[in-house]
Parts: sequence; C-alpha cells; structure tokens
Amino acid sequence: MLHIVACIKQVPDTKVIKMNPKTNTMDRSSAPAILNPYDAHAVEEAVRLKQRYGGSVSVLTMGPPPAVKAIRKCVEIGADEGYMISDRAFAGADTLATSYALTKALQKIEKIQPIDLIICGKMTIDGDTGQVGPGIARRLDIPPLTNVKKVVEVNKEKGYALIHRKLEDGYEVVQSSLPCLFSVEKEINEVPYAPLPNMLKAARYQPIIWSVDDLDDVDRTQLGLKGSPTIVAKVWPPEKPKGGEMLEGSPAEQVDRLMEVLLAKKELFRVKEVR
Amino acid sequence: MNLEEYRGVWVFLEHKEGSIVPVSLELLGAGRALADKRGVPLAGLLIGDQVRPLAQTAIQYGADIVYVYDDPIFHDYRTESYMKAVIACCEKHKPEIFLYGATSTGKDLASAVATDLATGLTADTTMLDVDVDTGLLQASRPAFGGNIMATILCKKHRPQMATVRPKVMKALDPDQSRSGEIVEEHATMREEDLRTKVLKIVREAKNTIRIDEADVIVAGGKGLGSKEGFQLIHRFAETIGASVGASRDAVEAGWIDHPHQVGQTGVTVTPKIYFAIGISGAIQHLVGMQNAGLIIAINKDPHAAIFQHCHYGIVGDAFEIVPMLMEAFPKAVLGEVQYGGKV
Repeated sequence: MLHIVACIKQVPDTKVIKMNPKTNTMDRSSAPAILNPYDAHAVEEAVRLKQRYGGSVSVLTMGPPPAVKAIRKCVEIGADEGYMISDRAFAGADTLATSYALTKALQKIEKIQPIDLIICGKMTIDGDTGQVGPGIARRLDIPPLTNVKKVVEVNKEKGYALIHRKLEDGYEVVQSSLPCLFSVEKEINEVPYAPLPNMLKAARYQPIIWSVDDLDDVDRTQLGLKGSPTIVAKVWPPEKPKGGEMLEGSPAEQVDRLMEVLLAKKELFRVKEVR
Repeated sequence: MNLEEYRGVWVFLEHKEGSIVPVSLELLGAGRALADKRGVPLAGLLIGDQVRPLAQTAIQYGADIVYVYDDPIFHDYRTESYMKAVIACCEKHKPEIFLYGATSTGKDLASAVATDLATGLTADTTMLDVDVDTGLLQASRPAFGGNIMATILCKKHRPQMATVRPKVMKALDPDQSRSGEIVEEHATMREEDLRTKVLKIVREAKNTIRIDEADVIVAGGKGLGSKEGFQLIHRFAETIGASVGASRDAVEAGWIDHPHQVGQTGVTVTPKIYFAIGISGAIQHLVGMQNAGLIIAINKDPHAAIFQHCHYGIVGDAFEIVPMLMEAFPKAVLGEVQYGGKV
C-alpha cells in the first residue's frame, strides 16, 4: 500500500491575466484562481498509481485560505486527504523558502502516515521555475527525479521506482530507490472529467489546515520573505517592438510586396515546386 | 556569509555526445562580459566521463579556468552525483556568480545545488547584467507566463545563481590562440552511495523536431480554425523548406504536437524569418519568437497584437494569401518572375 503525497498550488490563470495599461501592472483580480495545470497531472498520476498498487493519495499546498478550492479540485480528481499550511509567516516566500515550509509540513504528514512517494507538477504557471520539487527532495534527502513523463513501476516491496525521464532529444530510463520525488511533465497522463461521487465528496471536503505553530522544529528565519535569498527588484512590461509595415492593396499586391522583401533572403529558402 | 570571499563567474559546461552543448558556449560568451565588467576570471565547470578534451574548447570560447571532474561515476548525468561535485567545487573555490543552461539537466542540477548551498536561483533568465561595484547580478526573466519582465537580485547569498534560456545569449567566436588553466578536481563519492541509476538512454533525434535550430519557421495559430485548416501551415512550410511552429492554442486544440509549440511553455526560437499565420500574438507566444530576424504576420483581425510585434503585416485571410505565396515562391526563387526590380 502506497502513500503518495502530491504537492500542489493555486495560481492565477496567466492565460487570461490582464495588464493595466496605465500603471503597467498586472490586474490579478482579472484572472481566476485555478489549480496549477501541471499539478493536476501530478495528482492524476498519484491517483492512477493508487489504483494500480493500492494505497492513498494526500495533497499538500501552501497558500491563503481560498486555496482550499484547489485542494477540493484535487479531491475531484481522486485525492483522499488534503493538507494546507496557511500563515502570514509564509508570505513572500521564494522557491527556497517555499521548499522549506513544504518540507516541514511533509515531515508532519510523515508522522501521521509514512510517505513512499512525492509527486509535483513540472512547474507552476505563475512562477515558471520548477525549483520547488527538487528543493523539497534535497531537504528530505531523497532522490529528485524531474521531467518524468512515464512511470513504469513503483515497487514498494523491493524499494524502487522505474521511470522515463524526458530529455531534449529523447528520454532516459532511470531507477531510483524509494522514497523519492517525481516532478511530472504534462504528457504523463490526461486528466479526465471528475466522476460525480468525487465531485460530491469534493464539494463538502474540509482539508486539514496548519499554521506555522502547528509545525515542528521550524526555523522561522528560513520562512517567507525573510527566508528568501532572491528578491524582485523591478518589474516592467515586456518591450513592445514598434509595429512594422502594414502591407497595402489587394491580396495580390500585398503578396507581391512581401515577395520583394523575402527574395532579398532568397538563400534561406529551399523551395519545392508546387504541383 | 562573507561575500568578499566569493570571486569569479562560473558556467556549468553541459555536454552531450562528446561536445559542449550550444547553450553552455553561449553562457561562456555572456559570462565573459560579466567577468570583464567585474575584472574577475571566468571559469567553466566540466563534469563527466572522459570529457577532459572539452576543457580546451571552453577556453577557446572564453574561459580562463576550467575545473574538471573526469571520472566513470559521472558517465551518466545524475542529480545526486553531479550535485555533490558542484557543491564541493563551489565550497572550495567560492564563485560569486554561477550560470547554468535552462535545459532539463541545467535546471535540475541548479535547483538541487541552490537548496544545499542555501542560495538564490533565478530560473529561465533572458537578460543578465552585473553591478560593477557591488557585484550584484541582475538576472531578468519573463514572469507570470510572460506577462511581465522581472529583475531578480540575490543580495546576501553567494554564489548568485541563474539558469539561462538557450538561444538568448551570444557565444563568442572560438579563438584557437587563447590559453587558460585546467584544474583537475576529484570525486569523493562511491557508486554504492548513489540511489539512482540510468538504465538506458533513448535518443529520438530523428523524430524530434528541433525548431529552435531552424532558419525559417512557419507558425500557425487559432486563426486557422481546425486541424484541417492547420494543414495549410504544413503545406506552406514544405513548399519553402521551413520548419513548422505553433501557438499554444493550436497545440492545446490538438492540431499539432507540443514540440512545435513556440513560446513561454514551449520553445524559444530565433530563426532568420518567422511567419506568424493566424496567430493573435499572446504575450506567451511573443516571448518565444520576438528575437526572430524578420517577422511576418498574416491575420484577419487588424487589431491582433501580433501586428505590433512584426516587421511586415498583412491583414487578410490566410487561406487566400498563403496559397498565393505558395504559387509565387517557386517561380520567383527559381528566377521565373522578378519582383519590383530589386532582386
């Protein structure tokens, strides 16, 4: 029986986020809060492994109280239990401080039920770093396996996992001892629509919420803004190249003009005759 | 932590099949500029099995010093073994800045190393600068899915670390006459202490699309309307010998596979010519293609953001314009027709 913990995050949907053109800042209220899409694949993979080998799936998140919604989403996918750490002391954490806080929570979960495997999404769509998963693995001193695109086997009895790890030009087959941490690519699975019983359970689900005082042996200097070596010094909107020349005239005239431009770069084309 | 003890700029030298990967050479170019500004040496860190000859290459591309771990235990990249070597080398020689390529290996390694050294790490950097006096690295990167740019500092910890996107920095031309110092380092770990094993590496080079290396890219987006509509992009690309790119919308709609995706969550490309066809120009897409030499946009919507980011724009129906281009190209390039008397 496996106990798998998926680490997840609620994020603003960066696809629909709007910029305030006057202040050049992001209007975060314009973006709905969603479960980080990569994390949905992490939870789905945990649920599939539970179905394959038996056991249970917990999810863990750090965030403000509304992040409960992201945990409910994971219950819809099939998670059994949800843990959340929520406290002002965690605010402003960069990836180093985030991995510290989550590690302290994982150590507390471990005491409730020993953990065999931790699964994270490849990265979050707001931070885009992919650094928290490997950070947790280092802090727990378990092997980090990033870019996992397929789980071949998790063998608790013999104490190993076998995975495919995506490379730029292929993949590698890696064996690791258990426990270990995967961070998964989105091609690892497809997240189906949630079955009705899960949705009903999720709607009522209340996760276990811990404040910083509930965690053991916490060094507060490693938390939040204080524990974050990186700071954001400046933000600015990406440079907008000035718009180019709009080609005028009928489609045929536009195509003619474009051909003039392109033929100056004739050597770049390996043209095939049409028909 | 005494920041004064830390000196020099380092680059992690990733290698594959007997060559240093392009991003590491680009980082030696970027690192050279930072090191010169600070008046400190530029070093490469080379880890692998029978990789010693690559140290000379790194020197030709700008390194003053190369630290080399050459040992069979490093035959395959494994986070555990490489991380231990990097940490030992950092603790011994104390670099102030340490750059890694934002590849699967570079990102994996840097994340683990930063945790153990308890220092800051900026991911996917696209701009680098350094303050001459303080030595503070200014690492800038797209954030929130490319909606903003942010400059990240790491004031109180060393080394200041960043992963840097491939293709955004420039490698120097190799100089055969440069000389430098090669320093042998030795691994202290044993195979039986490592908990991971690479059983097999499967290269899929033939099937893998490397649009980041293409000179000409024809990219399609949502405006093509359907999977069938997207075939226009394939046909045009084939006619002119270009590679096929796509926006996230086209990939998410299932019209084309993810390796073709250009942008924040896809590939950064720097072709000489980029055709954006039926692509609206979401910021996530723009960050992936804005460094193309010549950007040509074709879109029905005159207000599409892509027109603010292209060199030449055509407001029109791709299904009308592109077939005309496909007819015109072979004739023109093969010299049957001359345009505007300029050719």
